[in-house]
Amino acid sequence: MTTTTNKPSTGAPGDGPDIADRSLLTGSLPRYFAPALLAGVAAVVAGLLFVSGSFGLPLFAIGTVVAYTVLITLASARVENGRKAKDRLVTTVVYTCFGLAMVPLLSLLWTVLSMGIERLDGYFLSVSMSGVTPTMDAGGVYHAIVGTIAITLFASLISIPIGLMTAIYLVEYGRGRLKKAITFFVDVMTGIPSIVAGLFVVALWMMFFGPGNTNGAAGAVALSVLMIPVVVRSSEEMLQLVPTQLREASYALGVPKWLTIVKVVLPTAIAGITTGIMLAIARVIGETAPLVLTAGSSAVAINWDLFNGQMMSLPVFIYSQVRMGDAINYERAWAAALTLILIVMLLFFVARLVSRFFAPKLGR
Amino acid sequence: MTTTDSSTTPRAPKGKRRIGDVVFGNTARGSGILILAILAGVAAFLIIQSFDALSANTANFLTTTEWDANTDADEEPAFGVAALAFGTVLAAALALVIATPIAVGIALFIAYYAPRRLASLLGYIVDLLAAIPSVVYGLWGIGYLVQELTPFYQWLSDYLGWIPLFAGPISTTGRTMMSAGIVLAVMILPIITAISRDVFLQVPRGHREAALALGATRWEMIRMAVLPFGRPGVIGGAMLGLGRALGETMAVAMILSPALIISPHLLQSGNQTIAAHIALQYPEATGHGVSALIAAGLVLFAITLVVNMAARYVVARRKEFSE
Repeated sequence: MTTTTNKPSTGAPGDGPDIADRSLLTGSLPRYFAPALLAGVAAVVAGLLFVSGSFGLPLFAIGTVVAYTVLITLASARVENGRKAKDRLVTTVVYTCFGLAMVPLLSLLWTVLSMGIERLDGYFLSVSMSGVTPTMDAGGVYHAIVGTIAITLFASLISIPIGLMTAIYLVEYGRGRLKKAITFFVDVMTGIPSIVAGLFVVALWMMFFGPGNTNGAAGAVALSVLMIPVVVRSSEEMLQLVPTQLREASYALGVPKWLTIVKVVLPTAIAGITTGIMLAIARVIGETAPLVLTAGSSAVAINWDLFNGQMMSLPVFIYSQVRMGDAINYERAWAAALTLILIVMLLFFVARLVSRFFAPKLGR
Repeated sequence: MTTTDSSTTPRAPKGKRRIGDVVFGNTARGSGILILAILAGVAAFLIIQSFDALSANTANFLTTTEWDANTDADEEPAFGVAALAFGTVLAAALALVIATPIAVGIALFIAYYAPRRLASLLGYIVDLLAAIPSVVYGLWGIGYLVQELTPFYQWLSDYLGWIPLFAGPISTTGRTMMSAGIVLAVMILPIITAISRDVFLQVPRGHREAALALGATRWEMIRMAVLPFGRPGVIGGAMLGLGRALGETMAVAMILSPALIISPHLLQSGNQTIAAHIALQYPEATGHGVSALIAAGLVLFAITLVVNMAARYVVARRKEFSE
């Protein structure tokens, strides 16, 4: 190590002074240069835009980023060297990419919040659209919330046992070609477009119940086609994290394999599995396309019966309101979107909490 | 693969087969087989139910652009997926072109630029983009974004109008392929980012430190050590994103003002994707209509199946190399 680092200076003494000139500290921009330049550029761009009277947030952001990128690269090329200039250019670009991704996220959340809050109140959440003509300034989403809860619960009731048992098979029992086939096709199943899942149920229902038969159960079956692979994937990952020693200890005490799985493996992994299931629910609760095909898009009244009649749900409510297209419809759509986002975020948040506070204590 | 698994998962002690074990084990295996059956069922039912319309169709299903399927019993339906398939591929390709470079940038940012302590939080924030329901993206697109984008389209068409893609006159409503593509790009950003980030983080520490020790700047380290290693992951992630964009329904159905034509003009209204066409046409479908839509769905299913299987293959190959 030491010999290699010393070699250049001893081997070529003529380079000595040159190296001293280019020591690590000279020829580099000070640490505060980049933030200072950014602030300066932002101020100048804002000033110019105000003077020309065309100030707008997008224009300001674009102007600042472009000007800053050019200036920092030029400054670095002049004071430092070409390679460092390129590095600074890429750094700016990479930061910009991340910023760019935040634009739609923040814009969407802000738009939904500011537009939806106007109409979202106790009345909106507690009445249905029964007897409300599309242009009337009344009505709410109660029937859609009922439908969303009923359909999602039924879909979970189908998907969780199948998904969890499949994950147990893959981790605890599976070997050979069947395991490989299931793993591969679960992956393939994650990629099924949601509308195709809807069409599948349409085709299935057409065969057994005749055409035009739409009800909540059909929607739930369509959703479970989308939900099962997600549950399998996340549960499988969690079961694999359970230490082998726990299983071995249980076997050593003479416990049968199935009891070992039920009493030792599952309780250890339950926090992670719960989190995975909640995230899967959060995924399918916003699905629209399959429900439009299977549960109908014109129900207006409260319907708790999964097997009889059309069933509205929050996402389909948003979609059908937008299709009507009047200002009042958009107001309802925004408020329903805010409701839906709040439910999804709540699921996400609770899922995080579960995985944090109920994670297994493995005695580390 | 199988051998390693059986060595990590210990077998239960041999002895008499307990009834509980038999029942439980078979239930588990049955669930796995049920999944295979469901997937086979999806393909089988789509094929069976589309047969009706396909056999009555008087036009070539693959080369016709019109969709005239809602016919009475005595009329002859004529429909095809040419325009729809073109629109589907165009929208997904557009989304991919916009999203991939940004997603790679974000993945690099989270893996190598962001402060260590913040990295997982930032990754979580990007994942939030995936949590937002597609119908909300559609609402945001049609209710907010298209108005904001119209001046930008005007500018694009004024200065780059000589490229056929950006040719004017632009749609005044903004309900164009370009808008749909941008919203799709936002929707597939998280999945491409997640997979690229995972692969970037798998780059052996030795490779990266060797590059830095030789005096490489951070960018040179990334170009020489990270990107060559991570390329298959990025390609796989992009293809998974492509699969999602191909099948995405609501955002396109709500934003695009559809027409069954094959047009390369992104800033004018027109074109339509298979998924959005199904969602829009289904409530009004009569006669052979439903069956014809199922046939269109079958085409979509086949396209996404091929793309997804190829993507899984690419990602899995990378995994084998890095382990």
